[in-house]
Amino acid sequence: MGHDTHSAHGHDHGHDDHGSGHGTMSQLMIGFALAAILTIVPFGLVMGEVEMSRTTLIGIIMAFAAVQIIVHLVFFLHLNTSSEEGSTFMATVLAVIILFIVLAGSLWVMHNMNTNMMPMHDMEQQLEQMKSLQSQQG
Amino acid sequence: MSHSAPASVSVVDHDVHHQSPTPIGFWIYLMSDCIIFGSLFATYAVLGGSFAGGPGPKDLFEAGFVAIETALLLISSITFGLAMLRADKKDQSGTLMWLAITGLFGAGFIAMELYEFNHLIHIGAGPSRSAFLSSFFALVGTHGLHVTGGIIWLVTLMVQIAKHGLGTANMRRLGALSMFWHFLDLVWIGVFSFVYLVRLV
Repeated sequence: MGHDTHSAHGHDHGHDDHGSGHGTMSQLMIGFALAAILTIVPFGLVMGEVEMSRTTLIGIIMAFAAVQIIVHLVFFLHLNTSSEEGSTFMATVLAVIILFIVLAGSLWVMHNMNTNMMPMHDMEQQLEQMKSLQSQQG
Repeated sequence: MSHSAPASVSVVDHDVHHQSPTPIGFWIYLMSDCIIFGSLFATYAVLGGSFAGGPGPKDLFEAGFVAIETALLLISSITFGLAMLRADKKDQSGTLMWLAITGLFGAGFIAMELYEFNHLIHIGAGPSRSAFLSSFFALVGTHGLHVTGGIIWLVTLMVQIAKHGLGTANMRRLGALSMFWHFLDLVWIGVFSFVYLVRLV
């Protein structure tokens, strides 16, 4: 992988107008092969109904997705730490941090709310009890 | 490229040796778009289990169908890459050919998605059926709208290239559309993994 990004840099210097560069044929084909493998395996696991625990299978699918996203960033979007003096990379890092806060934060807050909020039908029962208590005292 | 002057210094002459500000600007747009998708993914993650007594993912989704959609989008990403390589070689007809093929694969993807949406609404699993389906339609629909926008942009740019050739301006536009197209394929990885496959396990 390191070799390829280096050769892409050499290629970049020939251009004047593009910070990101368009890569080379070999980069495109390596990216295609990796992306295809990383797509076929999770689909194969789900469609072939492989005997595996649910959590392992979900873990594998999510891990493959994460790796494939990195493959796309490197081989198709030509993300590197040097274009635009690192600004492109820093913008990406910022986006990833915000994504993490949005996703993890939403799940965390909503999970807490779901577990701490009284279920609807329990709430009705409690209200009934309170009403009957009030009428007894009343 | 790290030796070149900051893009803000000179924006007048386009042909001298300096970087265009377009790639970094467009990249920042893509990252903000990424956050829009992130919030839609978060919505789906929170509401994805609220079926309101309606149909769930296993009743509605088919892995084979999604696999074909995924293949169409991935192949269109590769053909766009091939178009970029042709454009770098200043091969105008080759570029236009690969762009046309990319557009056809993209249109195939949109056709399949429209078929799926139409089918779901027809069997009473439209966006108003449950919170799960609302978040599903919002996320997948937003992605589909982006791809549709990409196809419109693609056709427009093909006309521009046919008329004015592969000059600096058209190369800049092509570079931006290339980023947009690959980015949509990247978002789709999240959709097919997190929206479809994980829920079919």
